[in-house]
Amino acid sequence: MSLEPSTDERETMTRREFLTQAARGAGLLFTGGLLGALVSRGNANEYVWQVDPAKCTQCGKCATACVLNPSAVKCVHEYAMCGYCDLCFGYLAEKRADDTEGAENQRCPTNAISRSFIEDPYYQYVIDESKCIGCGACVKGCRDYGNGSLILQIRHDRCINCNQCAIANVCPSDAIVRVPANKPYLLRTKE
Amino acid sequence: MRAACQVLLLLCLPVAVFAIERFPPPEFSKGYWFPDVTTPSPRPDILSYMDVAVLFVALALAAYLSLKRRSRRELVVLVLFSLLYFGFYRRGCVCPIGAIQNVSLALSNADYVLPLAAGVFFLLPLLFALFFGRVFCAAVCPLGAAQEVVLFRPVRVPSWLDSALATVPYLYLGAAVLFAATGSAFIICQFDPFVLFFRLGGSAAMLIVGVAVLLLATVVGRPYCRYACPYGALLQIVSPLARWRASISPAECVNCHLCADACPYGAIRPPTPQGESVNRKPAKARLATALLLLPVLIAAGAGLVRLGSPLLAQVHPAVRLADRLWLEEQGLVEGKTEATEAFHIQATPPMDAYREAAAIRGSFNTGSWLLGAWIGLVLGLKTVGASIRRRRDEYQADPATCVACARCYASCPVERAGSQEADVGLTEEAP
Repeated sequence: MSLEPSTDERETMTRREFLTQAARGAGLLFTGGLLGALVSRGNANEYVWQVDPAKCTQCGKCATACVLNPSAVKCVHEYAMCGYCDLCFGYLAEKRADDTEGAENQRCPTNAISRSFIEDPYYQYVIDESKCIGCGACVKGCRDYGNGSLILQIRHDRCINCNQCAIANVCPSDAIVRVPANKPYLLRTKE
Repeated sequence: MRAACQVLLLLCLPVAVFAIERFPPPEFSKGYWFPDVTTPSPRPDILSYMDVAVLFVALALAAYLSLKRRSRRELVVLVLFSLLYFGFYRRGCVCPIGAIQNVSLALSNADYVLPLAAGVFFLLPLLFALFFGRVFCAAVCPLGAAQEVVLFRPVRVPSWLDSALATVPYLYLGAAVLFAATGSAFIICQFDPFVLFFRLGGSAAMLIVGVAVLLLATVVGRPYCRYACPYGALLQIVSPLARWRASISPAECVNCHLCADACPYGAIRPPTPQGESVNRKPAKARLATALLLLPVLIAAGAGLVRLGSPLLAQVHPAVRLADRLWLEEQGLVEGKTEATEAFHIQATPPMDAYREAAAIRGSFNTGSWLLGAWIGLVLGLKTVGASIRRRRDEYQADPATCVACARCYASCPVERAGSQEADVGLTEEAP
């Protein structure tokens, strides 16, 4: 009863009605055409955010700027690049009492890195992601004194993929980049 | 000289080299397998198609409930669903308002391919507006829904203030397109006052803004939609073309103004005074002046904003970085910022940064012309619109500002009479 056409149902059309209809037709053609083009293109992959390890300077903002708490950024260990050093500067703080495994000697503020003895003199270092806050302290130590096998990456099981990444807004080295969703990590040792 | 400096820099900063193999990977004597480097996948594409499907169904339902069923109560259920789905479940991303920026970036930057979901989210509500008006705003937009549910006691915004503030969305739209197209920032997302409620996290500054806007929304109907939303500006352009739209009275209007009182958004225009002879001559002169003023405003706007182009370009981080680098190089400032420090760590030649910044400044020069012309056009058309007086014989919803919220239907005595005593034909006798 109330679905009234906004133009009167008359035999003749006023100029105003004609112009409105013409504009609607043009709008329809335009949006419909764009929509069709978009759908037929098919390969429009989503983008996701990722930390480019080559640009990252471990400023620590990943830990604080993410809309999630704790951040979606975590430290990832690329084992194939690791030197398995016993004196690991991703693990041990620069200022420390001795080289033992005490929490006060560790670089990680949340004790998220644990190490296990493999064989003399090699140790394996494992990141506990549930503890990691993505501050990048270990990444900095490993890059400065080791092989750079620890890197920061956005973990896509946590990231909610904001249209504008809040970390990207404050990253001093423009290291938060959009990557195609079918290749969502920027690792060097794994496809 | 520069090469020497760089060598020196490399020596001083061992960190300049990324992923150097200082310690060769060990050869273990007994078998050792590298633990897996886990790479959890992002949200699968199929779910973004589901979002698109939900958007389509919600839009169709909003049109049906608002225009055909004319049921405010059923529409509120959809409002709550949208708030939960697009707001709290999808955490506000991607929404048509933000998608403006993805579209702008894709149009200006060939490296950025517009994701299908973002494109469809941008176009679908516009397409629906061509047929049914702003049904997206009515019950699908999570930002609109957030303000809709907190609206407690609406006050009428003075018409002069309402009219002045209503130009802001168009200016915001222009600025958002400029900053997105130049790759500077997605300001709509950055200054979204509600998204941090959906994500339960965000900056303290935006939390204050968000709380303030929500508090304001308890007494002023949808302040963000009316006085800020850039997508609302687009819908305002499109919705007057709608084939069907909300008609307040199902039958003949009795001019009782109850609907205008019921509308919290000031979107219902009263009938023009009857029998008042309008002197057409000064009105025509006013319109002619406004039309002549239009190109002047466009030119003035373009010129003025172009003057501000260097200032606008400062929004782009690469431009800020290049400026700072130059100042540091010239010894005009002491110390380094985080950005220049990070730049030096990467050991890129400063020339690259300058070249990039120059290119961005160039696109800002072009963009600021266009932004200025757009601002001039908006203000010009506003004056033209103000000098056109259209005759209305009854209360009408303004097609541009009406969000089809379905509040006015129930206030209409003609509608109430019709629904209470259906088929009795009381509509004729209504006062």
